Amino acid sequence: MSIKCDQCDRDATVHEVSMRNGVRIERHLCEQCAVDVGISIQPASPVTEIIKQVMLQDVAAKAAAPRGPVIAACPACKMTFGEFKQGGLLGCAMCYATFEAQLGPLIERAHEGGTAHTGKQPKRALSGVRPTPAPQQADLHARRQQRVRDLRRELEEAVASERYEQAAKLRDELRQLGA
Amino acid sequence: MAMEVGASWLRADGNMADVVVSSRVRLARNLAGIAFVARASKADRQRVLDVVRPVVLEAGLDVAQPTAQAVAQPATPSGEQPPAKDASKASEKKADSKKPDPLSRVIWIDLHATPPLERSLLVERHLISKQHQKGKGPTPNDDPRAVAIGVPDERLSIMVNEEDHLRIQMLHSGLALGTAWQHASEVDDRLEAGLDFAYSSRFGYLTACPTNVGTGLRMSVMLHLPGLRLTGEIDKVKRAAEGMSLAVRGFYGEGSEAVGDLFQISNQTTLGKSEPQILQELEQVIIPRVVEYERLSRRELLHKRRIALEDQVWRAWGVLSNARMLTTEEAMQGLSLLRMGIAMGIVRLHERGSDKGGSHAGVGLVPSQRLATRATLAGMLRTANQMMLLAQPSHLQRAFGEELDQEQRRVARARLMRARLAGEKDTTPLTQDEGDRGAEGKGPAGEAGTA
Repeated sequence: MSIKCDQCDRDATVHEVSMRNGVRIERHLCEQCAVDVGISIQPASPVTEIIKQVMLQDVAAKAAAPRGPVIAACPACKMTFGEFKQGGLLGCAMCYATFEAQLGPLIERAHEGGTAHTGKQPKRALSGVRPTPAPQQADLHARRQQRVRDLRRELEEAVASERYEQAAKLRDELRQLGA
Repeated sequence: MAMEVGASWLRADGNMADVVVSSRVRLARNLAGIAFVARASKADRQRVLDVVRPVVLEAGLDVAQPTAQAVAQPATPSGEQPPAKDASKASEKKADSKKPDPLSRVIWIDLHATPPLERSLLVERHLISKQHQKGKGPTPNDDPRAVAIGVPDERLSIMVNEEDHLRIQMLHSGLALGTAWQHASEVDDRLEAGLDFAYSSRFGYLTACPTNVGTGLRMSVMLHLPGLRLTGEIDKVKRAAEGMSLAVRGFYGEGSEAVGDLFQISNQTTLGKSEPQILQELEQVIIPRVVEYERLSRRELLHKRRIALEDQVWRAWGVLSNARMLTTEEAMQGLSLLRMGIAMGIVRLHERGSDKGGSHAGVGLVPSQRLATRATLAGMLRTANQMMLLAQPSHLQRAFGEELDQEQRRVARARLMRARLAGEKDTTPLTQDEGDRGAEGKGPAGEAGTA
């Protein structure tokens, strides 16, 4: 039994299952359409592979897009994002705040859509050791999440109504947001 | 470190012990204000040791040692439903014998000051990782790093300066993730009272690798799945597990092979799900399903291919009790079939002497029959588990008290397996007779005596 591509008549060979806010979203695409909507083909792979994959996409997007502000090295440990990409390990707790924009999508992908911690917290919360003040961080995060959700919906609509040029623009904007 | 005591995760007295060997809970933690291990200078890594050591040794972690053993259920033979919660007399006695040991304490081992053989013993006992054994940097041996171990039961280990500053690990026998989690969390609480952990409100506990961020929690269960391998269903299980973003790994974790049909299944994602959620999914849903699948495979083998199955088990028996040279793989493969044979009631070991510590498990070629007591089944599984540990190169060398080359190890391994199955301990030095061919007639006791 073969599943047809969501967007054309060919057999779907790329199947993407994702969880968004607890809702299971399935996409079935042929290779061609998958490439068109920005999914690259990869076998079921361990998390390290996913990270590599996301990083590669990230690099590709960067190369294509006009150069944004270059993010400096982490003020605490001097690690650059390039170094992280090579070694796969961050330098210190501060790196999470320094590289939050780039790390966000990568972490989300590695954790199956998980974007924020829920669970145990240290009881002894010393002030001043947090990488970023919590309220400010949460606010920024919430706003970005909302924008990402809006863009995703628009993207789906654009794809559904075959407005591919519009879809490509939305996709690029999503990428810039790191989603 | 005594060979026979400790490693209580091999006891086979836990829940679903016919399939589940052990449950492990690991928490990754880092100190705020010090670079993660890979980025930290040698002086900083030494500082981590200096800061952590007194806290670990004075946190009263020995008191935090297991008290909740009551939840553990005795092992049941394959195909039988676990008994109802009302504990039998036998299991009550078991629980009794597991009151916190008055001698239990936490010991600290500086690995940079520990000889290589001792370090590889720790790896084989699953107390440190291979990475931690080796160390990092240009002179990995001197890399400042340590492990704290709860003795004598060896359930708790805290690796210091592995990938993260601290990796708190709790290892229990059988399916006991909930208990292991409670203990690990309690140890975490006690350490946190004296240490400031790196934490962010968005990402949770901050870890060197972003794949561990959030709870920093990895729960893994070591499963013995010979039935699924024999029925050829094992790949299906692997694929299904991977589809649920669980990792399936071999005996020694990441990058290791599934020797002896032992597989570790663990959660991959640590962000966005709370600890109880991760626990619930694994312990209530996923692992019982895999265990049921394995039991089903064993039953199916018994019904459809009984003779072929018995043949395999008894051949393994034959090899283990007769071979003169055994590689690790051969020994593990044989022990896997033997362990399954025990769980299914095909072979029986009888225990000689006291049940304590299970080190005197002997064997008798008693025809397959209804097993006398559940405790005996646990004892027999424990013997198989311990033989799996003793077959490992460093344990073997430790048992024989000398450095052995590869060929000597094979001879020593075969000898140890034969002796164990004959109910004897044999740690006579290899350099003395290997030519005592009359041994079979005289029995292993004679052999040991003349050596």
